[in-house]
Amino acid sequence: MSPRAIIFIAVPVDDWLHGPKTELRPTFLPLDDNLMLRKLAYGVLAFLAAPAAHADWTVNMPRGVTELSQETYDIHMMVFWWCVWIAAFVFGAMIYALVKHRKSKGAEPAQFSHSMTAEVVWTVIPCIILLIMAVPSAELLITLDDSRDPDLTVVATGYQWRWHYRYQGEDVAFYSSMTRPSAAARRLDSGIDPSTVDNYLRDVDNPMVVPRGAKVRLLLTSNDVLHAWWVPELAIKKDAIPGFVNETWFRAEVAGTYRGQCAELCGMDHGYMPIVVEVLEPEEYDAWLENEKARNRVTAVSGAQ
Amino acid sequence: MSTTVTDVHAADHAHDDHDHGPAQGWRRWLYATNHKDIGTMYLVFSLIMFFFGGTMALIIRSELFMPGLQFVEPAFFNQMTTMHALIMVFGAVMPAFVGLANWMIPLMIGAPDMALPRMNNWSFWILPVAFGILLSTLFMPGGAPASGWTMYPPLVLQTGDAFPFLIFSVHLMGLSSIMGAINVIVTIINMRAPDMTLLKMPMFVWTWLITAYLLLAVMPVLAGAVTMLLTDQFFGTSFFLAAGGGDPVMFQHIFWFFGHPEVYIMILPAFGVVSEIIPTFARKPLFGHDSMVYAASSIAFLSFIVWAHHMFTVGMPLTGQLFFMLATMVIAVPTGVKVFNWTATMWKGSMTFETPMLFSLGFLFLFTLGGFSGLMLAIVPADIQYHDSYFVVAHFHYVLVPGSIFGLMAAVYYWLPKWTGRFYNEKLGQLHFWLSTIFVNLTFFPMHFLGLAGMPRRIPDYATQFADFNMIASIGAIGFGFSQLLFVYILYQTCWQKKGERADAKVWDDPKGLEWTVPSPAPFHTFDTPPRVTPHDAFA
Repeated sequence: MSPRAIIFIAVPVDDWLHGPKTELRPTFLPLDDNLMLRKLAYGVLAFLAAPAAHADWTVNMPRGVTELSQETYDIHMMVFWWCVWIAAFVFGAMIYALVKHRKSKGAEPAQFSHSMTAEVVWTVIPCIILLIMAVPSAELLITLDDSRDPDLTVVATGYQWRWHYRYQGEDVAFYSSMTRPSAAARRLDSGIDPSTVDNYLRDVDNPMVVPRGAKVRLLLTSNDVLHAWWVPELAIKKDAIPGFVNETWFRAEVAGTYRGQCAELCGMDHGYMPIVVEVLEPEEYDAWLENEKARNRVTAVSGAQ
Repeated sequence: MSTTVTDVHAADHAHDDHDHGPAQGWRRWLYATNHKDIGTMYLVFSLIMFFFGGTMALIIRSELFMPGLQFVEPAFFNQMTTMHALIMVFGAVMPAFVGLANWMIPLMIGAPDMALPRMNNWSFWILPVAFGILLSTLFMPGGAPASGWTMYPPLVLQTGDAFPFLIFSVHLMGLSSIMGAINVIVTIINMRAPDMTLLKMPMFVWTWLITAYLLLAVMPVLAGAVTMLLTDQFFGTSFFLAAGGGDPVMFQHIFWFFGHPEVYIMILPAFGVVSEIIPTFARKPLFGHDSMVYAASSIAFLSFIVWAHHMFTVGMPLTGQLFFMLATMVIAVPTGVKVFNWTATMWKGSMTFETPMLFSLGFLFLFTLGGFSGLMLAIVPADIQYHDSYFVVAHFHYVLVPGSIFGLMAAVYYWLPKWTGRFYNEKLGQLHFWLSTIFVNLTFFPMHFLGLAGMPRRIPDYATQFADFNMIASIGAIGFGFSQLLFVYILYQTCWQKKGERADAKVWDDPKGLEWTVPSPAPFHTFDTPPRVTPHDAFA
């Protein structure tokens, strides 16, 4: 690591829920390394061009592009801040004791060893804090669990090591595998620098395509071992289990490409099962769907001959 | 002072009465029935395993130093993550605590030895066999097990020739743990000094009593689960195979019914250790001894009803998820009580910061930090994002490394003068602490960020946006690994070279407990006659 300084740069953030605004974000300024300087320059450009694209020093969960991903983020931050306050209090008390009550400062040990009041206080107060956390979490969980009345249902099946998507009620189905540039670069001693590969390990030949604003129900199963379907921006993670059909849902509010990967150890190439979801405007989605159907008809006809 | 009836007595016995000392040469160890010798063997064995597991961790971190594969193939990488976990959990942490139990429980309750010395010998000597078998799988066709230490089917059934050896070695580890647990329970229940009532027992003994019951309850469950895997693989059953009408999720329920209490098996004895050390170096009695006992018991009870929080993404019914979320959150209460009580013990004490105290303080701060991420993981909607990501890796390493391992280090530094009669090199001990603490944070703190940003665990290579924090974590891991060589050097100095100041019976500044009433080093036989428990050494 080259020596670095932390600087703050103003970053435009277009959060679909709260509208566009500018945030100060900490960035690490490398002091002597050309590569790092170049990276920083690209990073800043990337920041300006597409705020969400630059993730090198991301320290937090993405807010995501669904209402539930935002709520998940809010719950995460609420619990996080509770932890920070409790830590400030507990660690504060410990540090105070460590500084003040040391023998080298001539502290004489007190001999108390019980206090019913203290025990009751530090049992009851945590219980109250836990309840404050539990209620909104339970509410969100109940919403997350409600996958009724979808606009669209996609069945995702895990294979070692790729995904298969089938659009229920439509004549559309395809496999989704990692693209060749990543597959070539990821070999042991491939000689290819991963940073030269676009979306290294996170790019697929056929992404899952869904319309913006539609409630998409995802049915998950597996053909062999356990897999898990995870796209952080959609705040969805669900296991794909042979013999089971799991369901979950999302409604993406912003068009764009969202990347994730298999999250349950599924063998040798577990690290090479990317998931890419493309959220299109509804009319673009319809065009895509028609195109896919036509392609499948052609395949079917040529297959019959 | 509490001197002396016991002191004089024990010393007399050691020097005069005994016609049988330890056997000479290898017989002393192979035929060992003495709790101190067996304790030493457990501790040495676990230290060796710690370095095996640590080497594997360094292979993992070296591969993850940069994006792209530089050193190992993905299949071997998965073998390393699996073996690292199995060895650290069953070979390093658990036997180390059993070693401490062997050494210290008889000394702390005034018993002459463990209740079942021959079984004690057996339960230790099973371990080298178990781990010999497990390590030999590295050289088998298909390689070592690579499906994670959780051994989830159907993936685990794709293991090569190693599969039956994996199952057999887990059986042996379980057997060893169960026998160790029985021994601890029988010893504590039956062999306490006459006036040592249960609530007068030191916290280390208490936490081990609770731990032993946990072991007894869950190790057979693990054995059952892996036996079902074995019959699925070789005898045509379909316990976990969907194609035959079985249920792969059922394995996860059974495994975590073992696995969650297992977590507390690895941390409760460490709670006990710091509950001994903090009062000694704060020169003040442990705050709320009884409530500490109740808190540890509540944690143990709750650990049986929270297992499915490891499975929030498998698709459980809503009510199931709500129940396991709430039950898990409740664990924060007794755990909080323990942390508050340790803080209150230090409050208005007169603290000094020798190495055992430093490691206990490191434990206190960093275990609590791991507790916070544990609380976050309990919240189901957030857990759906955290699950199987590096956030989880950060969490459990915070509770296991600066938690359990720091607890073990603290214990070794604390009791080493009692075991060897000599002090370790204090300067080097403190250096060991600071290096370990700095590097452990450098290793595991950035993993929180990686997980939140979307990096899954158990992958040999990653998208380039994760490169920077991975590099930092790898540097930390290499630093942490090499810092542990310093620990070995300190032990070598103290135990072999016999350098270091001689320790008297008390060792520290008037610590509480019967172990400090016998001379240092503790003679081969102690407490042939039960000691009197003076108010000074009772913990009620």
